[in-house]
Amino acid sequence: MNAQPITEVAESRPLPSDSASVSRAVTPALELCGLSKTFTLGGGLFKRGRTLGAVSNVSLRIPRGQVMGLVGESGCGKSTLAKMLLGLTTPSDGDVLVDGRPVRGADQKALARHIQPIFQDPYSSLNPRKRIAQIVGLPLRVHGIGTPREQAAHVAETLDVVGLPRRAAEQFPGQLSGGQRQRVAIARALVMRPDIVICDEPTSALDVSVQAQILNLLLDLKAEFGLTYLFISHDLAVVEHLVDRVAVMYLGRIVEEGTREQIFGSPRHPYTRALLDSALTPEPGLGVPDIGLGDATPDPSDPPAGCAFHPRCPKAQATCRQQRPRLEDIRGDNARVACHLA
Amino acid sequence: MPLLEVNNLRVDLPVEAGTLHAVRGIDFHVERGEMLCLVGESGCGKSMTSLALMGLLPRKARLTADRLQFDGIDLTMLSERRRSDLRGARMSMIFQEPMTALNPAYTLGNQLCEGLIRHRGVSRQEARERAIYLLERVGISAAKDRLNQYPHQLSGGLRQRVMIAMALMCEPDLIIADEPTTALDVTIQAQILRLLRELQQEFGTAVIFITHDLGVVARIADRVAVMYAGEVIESAPTPALYANPAHPYTRGLLSCIPAPGKTPPGSRLQAIPGVVPSLVGHVEGCAFRNRCPQAQPTCERTPPLMSLSGDHRARCHYADRPVPAPRPPETIS
Ligand SMILES: Nc1ncnc2c1ncn2[C@@H]1O[C@H](COP(=O)(O)OP(=O)(O)OP(=O)(O)O)[C@@H](O)[C@H]1O
Ligand SMILES: Nc1ncnc2c1ncn2[C@@H]1O[C@H](COP(=O)(O)OP(=O)(O)OP(=O)(O)O)[C@@H](O)[C@H]1O
Ligand code: SF4
Ligand SMILES: [Mg+2]
Ligand SMILES: [Mg+2]
Repeated sequence: MNAQPITEVAESRPLPSDSASVSRAVTPALELCGLSKTFTLGGGLFKRGRTLGAVSNVSLRIPRGQVMGLVGESGCGKSTLAKMLLGLTTPSDGDVLVDGRPVRGADQKALARHIQPIFQDPYSSLNPRKRIAQIVGLPLRVHGIGTPREQAAHVAETLDVVGLPRRAAEQFPGQLSGGQRQRVAIARALVMRPDIVICDEPTSALDVSVQAQILNLLLDLKAEFGLTYLFISHDLAVVEHLVDRVAVMYLGRIVEEGTREQIFGSPRHPYTRALLDSALTPEPGLGVPDIGLGDATPDPSDPPAGCAFHPRCPKAQATCRQQRPRLEDIRGDNARVACHLA
Repeated sequence: MPLLEVNNLRVDLPVEAGTLHAVRGIDFHVERGEMLCLVGESGCGKSMTSLALMGLLPRKARLTADRLQFDGIDLTMLSERRRSDLRGARMSMIFQEPMTALNPAYTLGNQLCEGLIRHRGVSRQEARERAIYLLERVGISAAKDRLNQYPHQLSGGLRQRVMIAMALMCEPDLIIADEPTTALDVTIQAQILRLLRELQQEFGTAVIFITHDLGVVARIADRVAVMYAGEVIESAPTPALYANPAHPYTRGLLSCIPAPGKTPPGSRLQAIPGVVPSLVGHVEGCAFRNRCPQAQPTCERTPPLMSLSGDHRARCHYADRPVPAPRPPETIS
């Protein structure tokens, strides 16, 4: 399809610190440097609140045109991380670099052209009183991109790209199916022609028969526009299908990171292994594996000392209870793991 | 005689636009000690079916059945009182969200023991002993102290374990579990499923397990019933269903989830185009035909339930015949 109008506008209004010296080939599309987010819970006039480290010291590079998967259990900090990347939550510490330029202090408008979200819930994330064309065109109006006519043409094109019928433009979200609504959410993200898309569980509210359509669409869009994705999901089979690299999070920290083959083929962190063993593939006769984990789910506002995973880890030793393992590329194979025994 | 026999069960709900046929004449049975999985996508009538069996349908719902028999008892003829006795003592239910079933104001001990004392007339002491035994069996440490705790003091995984223990208190013949692990993390889910399967085999309890996850089904079910738009469209022993799915919808479901090691990463997945028909008003013909890749003019007539090999049945005109020449492949839309 023809993405001309937006590219032109985008070119005419560069990011504030645009610098020609930054080579687009080597700079990762997205880089996270020591990113942390601490929330304060409770507290009051005379009482100090407890702190909760939702994300702790996360460093990650996502090369251009690649898909980075982010997995980990509920509450481990995936969505908080995503919100910091989108500029929706201010990091307590660390930096996010988009195309090598720090997001901190950057113009929200400029940022929105580069990075866009697709969230989990296609039901609540769309305004029920607005027509689809208005919903998808909103970012263009907010950022004052193009004339109303150009905007309308561009919205129509984007609906084509995500496989929605043109007549959907005049409908309301309530008149669409779940899969169609998620397409609307994707269209809304793509209308700005971002190069990075943050997908936070984009299919988990959908039935499996619809999920496949959306995953195919995300893959097509990646091939067509060279998009870079951060793909957050609980579904390991889907992650394995879609990603180039995977980061595994536990209690706010990355515990292992590597290529799809490294993580799914030879996981090294005990938590990654437990996670993979717990995935129940549709193969009858295999039964439910004994993953040998305690279910002492930790309190994120009072994380265990040493390795945060040690209370559940079948291999934990004395060191694990005292010292926090560092996330390191131990073997020099560009894969990182945070475990004393790896 | 099977423990539970269901023939032509229907559940109708009055809605603004008319009558919603949530369950449209389903047949199935459950043997003693067996794990039957009911699978299907959102809105296909899984929960309505389980509520119908438990006698817990919304007041406005209308139930009819040619047969609804539990251990020889006709459930449609029972008084509300006898129904309620049966529910506590011989059939129990595990819900997706344990907090809907646990009372936040009572200790776990009180809630665990109440049913046993009421239905079996045992002493409080005996009931407490059984509660401690079962809490230990479901892998809860310091079981005795837990009896004095309140539901909010437990994690989601622990609460679901308590629900399983509670469902087992009266040694029921049948447990209906409606998506009991959907809200849990995969590591906790694996632990709970393993436990449920072990206990089920140990106590010889029959379980109807409701889920939309075909991975879970493959690993725990003895038999499977696949639902679509208020009907059971295929039922079979688990290995047969996965090896030879006979209904195009079942085949579609199985091929649209990526299978690690089989689906090449990054390749296109097979999708089922279109959406489920509205269940308000009368549904003509095969409910799947607007999405079916092999639909024929014949499919405008309601397909019969075809008996295939053994205990394998499918509701499709072509379940036992070679697939007619396919339509040109659908594009995503
Ligand atoms: N605004 C907030 N105030 C306080 N705590 C918060 C806030 N947002 C998130 N948290 C806490 O931060 C932690 C991480 O939450 P987050 O939503 O990022 O997890 P997640 O990995 O996305 O989980 P899920 O898989 O359930 O979506 C959790 O313990 C959560 O309770
Ligand atoms: N109280 C109600 N009043 C009217 N219609 C209802 C009510 N509860 C459910 N329905 C409708 O009945 C049909 C069957 O719903 P049911 O809850 O049995 O689906 P389900 O298979 O359990 O789906 P899910 O996987 O989403 O739980 C759906 O079309 C639903 O919208
Ligand atoms: S450091 Fe120890 S506790 Fe942590 S994962 Fe490795 S072995 Fe387990
Ligand atoms: Mg989240
Ligand atoms: Mg339900």
